[in-house]
Amino acid sequence: MKQTTVTGKTVEEAVSAALIELQASREEVEIHVLEEAKRGFFGFGGKQATVAVSLKEKDPVAYAIAFLQEVTEQMGVPVTISLQESSEDIALQLAGEKIAILIGKRGQTLNALQYLTNLAVNQYSDHYVRISLDAENYRQRRQESLERLALHTAQKVAATLKAVALEPMPSNERKIIHLALRTNQRIETTSEGVEPFRKVLIRPKRIKN
Amino acid sequence: MGETMIAELIETIVKALVDHPEEVRVTEHMDGNKLVYQLSVHSIDMGKVIGKQGRVAKAIRTVVNAAGAHNNKQIALEIV
Repeated sequence: MKQTTVTGKTVEEAVSAALIELQASREEVEIHVLEEAKRGFFGFGGKQATVAVSLKEKDPVAYAIAFLQEVTEQMGVPVTISLQESSEDIALQLAGEKIAILIGKRGQTLNALQYLTNLAVNQYSDHYVRISLDAENYRQRRQESLERLALHTAQKVAATLKAVALEPMPSNERKIIHLALRTNQRIETTSEGVEPFRKVLIRPKRIKN
Repeated sequence: MGETMIAELIETIVKALVDHPEEVRVTEHMDGNKLVYQLSVHSIDMGKVIGKQGRVAKAIRTVVNAAGAHNNKQIALEIV
């Protein structure tokens, strides 16, 4: 959380200086007076006022929505954003006319927006907040197609006894593959390579005696 | 349909990520048929806009390019 300690001739002056430094308005901050100003005799023994001013924590969901609204508007792709309540995380659903632009090839634009939104929200939050973004159920559809790919490739590996490497994927997508094949007795999965080119390797299970 | 505002878009994103939003500057110029945006931030914030292995810069470029592509514009983002 951003905060600053400022001294001034009066409490009022110190607070004003702190607001300029934090680039905030009075409603956005909490003010603690550490020391009141005291007037001395003939210019001696006087004390300046000291205040500690800190930015109030913003509501992460409201902040995320406002951030995304502004970003998508400036991209020229205005959207409506709705919050999907869930116990685990904060899920925002984007809907609008040209939603494909916000999803991008293999979801890369959606993933970039999600990453930047998380950075922006956590810049102001004390505790770590995790926000997930979806647009027109893209993530659900992507999960289903990854699961199909996993099963199909596993069948091929089991039949040919030759390992197959899938194309590079982000960690959440690799996890979907690993989970989809976890109970398969004939093959095993590992991840290999270095981000962002890390990929899943599906190979026949070695037969143990 | 809204208008694309690339310079404002870059500013909105970057200001949300840095400790010194007042020192975020974006300038625009043409290089052939390419629109070039130069971004400068406070030196302390450099790491925040680039990120580990350039991850943040890459995400910003992805979003900016998506906005540009939908307006048939080629865009380059330079961080100086």
